[in-house]
Amino acid sequence: MLSIKNLQAGIDGKQILKGINLEVNAGEVHAIMGPNGSGKSSLASVLAGRETYEVTGGEVIFDGKNLLDLSVEDRAREGLFLAFQYPIEIPGVSNINFLRTALNEIRAYRQEPPMDAKEFLRMTKEKQQLVEFDAKLVNRSLNEGFSGGEKKRNEIFQLAMLEPKLAILDETDSGLDIDALRIVSNGVNKLRSDKNAFVVITHYQRLLEYIVPDFVHVLYNGRIVKSGTKELALELEERGYDWIKEPAYSNS
Amino acid sequence: MIITTTLYDQLSAQYAERETATAEPWLSRLRANAFASFTANGFPTTKNEEWRFTNVTPYLKEAYQLQPAAPANGGSAIDLSALDAYEVVINNGIPVELPVAKGLSIHSLKEAANSPIVQQYLGQSINLSQQGFAALNTALFTDGLLIEVDKNASIDKPLLITHHYNAAWPFFAQPRLLLIAQRSSKLSVIERYVVDGQAALFVNGVTECVVAENAQLDHYHIQATPTNFHLVNFTQVSQKADSLYNNHTYTLPGASLVRNNLHLDLQASNTESHLFGLYLAGGSQLVDNHTLVNHANPHCYSNELYKGVLADSARAVFNGKIMVQLDAQKTNAFQQNNNMLLSDKAVVDSKPQLEIFADDVKCSHGSTLGSFDENALFYLKARGIGEDSARNMLVKAFAFDVTQQMPIAAVRDCVEALITQKMESLYDRV
Ligand SMILES: Nc1ncnc2c1ncn2[C@@H]1O[C@H](COP(=O)(O)OP(=O)(O)O)[C@@H](O)[C@H]1O
Repeated sequence: MLSIKNLQAGIDGKQILKGINLEVNAGEVHAIMGPNGSGKSSLASVLAGRETYEVTGGEVIFDGKNLLDLSVEDRAREGLFLAFQYPIEIPGVSNINFLRTALNEIRAYRQEPPMDAKEFLRMTKEKQQLVEFDAKLVNRSLNEGFSGGEKKRNEIFQLAMLEPKLAILDETDSGLDIDALRIVSNGVNKLRSDKNAFVVITHYQRLLEYIVPDFVHVLYNGRIVKSGTKELALELEERGYDWIKEPAYSNS
Repeated sequence: MIITTTLYDQLSAQYAERETATAEPWLSRLRANAFASFTANGFPTTKNEEWRFTNVTPYLKEAYQLQPAAPANGGSAIDLSALDAYEVVINNGIPVELPVAKGLSIHSLKEAANSPIVQQYLGQSINLSQQGFAALNTALFTDGLLIEVDKNASIDKPLLITHHYNAAWPFFAQPRLLLIAQRSSKLSVIERYVVDGQAALFVNGVTECVVAENAQLDHYHIQATPTNFHLVNFTQVSQKADSLYNNHTYTLPGASLVRNNLHLDLQASNTESHLFGLYLAGGSQLVDNHTLVNHANPHCYSNELYKGVLADSARAVFNGKIMVQLDAQKTNAFQQNNNMLLSDKAVVDSKPQLEIFADDVKCSHGSTLGSFDENALFYLKARGIGEDSARNMLVKAFAFDVTQQMPIAAVRDCVEALITQKMESLYDRV
């Protein structure tokens, strides 16, 4: 589904991603871990198409298409979803209007007719219950005045509504208490299927107790320096990241 | 007759001709004073502090005629078909259809010129020596409307005033409205424009509103016009005790020049006033809003919120003056102006002016300048929303604090649709 080959990117001439390789297949959950500043969020941003990053090398194939050639909105319409680390507050744009617009633009891209109002309402209700998202928040302005946890839960609600093929969760666990973490993880687990895939970016092993990954990768200094199964996450929790940094230095 | 003289000479000639015609002595005196006020300074130049950023001279150079072409019948109006209203049409400045409504009397101002109420109020509240354009209108207006809401009458439907102009040749129009909401009455008025023809059209309009004790007037002014339209408008509002006046002024992309003057004179205590404005401009449009709220009495509340979105080489001026006189204790006066620039070439001059002479008051003002929030745009696009829709959502969201203030849903929907429609062409050029 997603094939990243030797991806290199930076900002203002400073190289941040120094050759990432990653293969993600349908039905898989990949965790990307690593110390602060290693480039995890940058990877998510580059995949989503944030313009501040300049891609300097490599390629990304998403479902047969060259992802890096697509606009931000077309990436989303192709089925890529980024759950933001810091969801944006947009006063004056209602959550529900935003979702309806997004959903219908995605449908238009796929040459499907707009969803009728009744069906949209039914779907909203169903998904909102599925991911335990407060109905009152659905009609409010987008993220305006939401608590940190509510914002993260809104990301998962959007994920449920838009039904992407590939979802990248960028530190969705940061700032969540254990209850919120459980709710968010339950939501993700309910949305997992053999048709979609998840890339879960996290600093902590805690989230991976709830969302159990098939693969764990360690990103350090712009490269994936180690890959393994979920046991690797436990090892990182115990030993920290220091033991893993060395090879990266020696290679660079 | 081929007119080769300047606009100024034509106006002088028109005044001389008018003088020999018979009129009530009070009206002759008013017009004479007004004309003297106008000729003392002529059309304002940028040397006049109130016109520093708005040079009208180039816009007055067209070969304007004072006589309109045939009555207008083309041009397209903004769609207010969902609005259930009493309607009055003013064609080339002359009212042609006067509705009948209980509690509401509407007359041609020309025909009502001799009535006591016109004598009592017409031209009395405007400082003509300071307002050249309003003085000119006072000296030379030929027609317009007298609208009176009876005491205690709460008019069941809004009044929609359509200003319909024929710009078959360059035309300089001077319409005049006098609107009196008598004690404890209530009315909503919506003004809109329709322009037929491609020649330059200059409208120098004056509206005087009197909101009597305990009365309420909601006043909407929707300026969605083509580029050949030029507007200098002066609205003077006199509020009596316990009255409420709400103004909603919308300037949409189109007109080359719009200068709105909105002056509120709070002549008694315990009044409430809201001034909401939204200006959206592109091309080389110039939109200038000058407002004055004169707190002359205690316990009055005024709140002003103006927002602007500018694309291309558009320019906007916001000048909001709040006067709090010595006697106006316990005044609450708030003002805010926010601007969003979509292009490097767009310019805003925002100037709040607070002059406070009383000591027990609550006043605040603020002015901001920003552009599209790139993070917000990215967030919307990352959900599959296209560039244009995303920009439109953000402009609407920006305008939301203003648009949501319109209590009439049909007008609000119309304005929101206009924002989407008129801004679309501007995003393409960003
Ligand atoms: N906007 C930016 N401008 C310059 N450098 C940046 C910017 N954003 C991130 N970086 C740098 O990129 C590197 C990786 O950051 P980030 O992707 O946020 O790492 P992580 O998510 O693993 O904590 C860091 O060295 C950080 O300082």
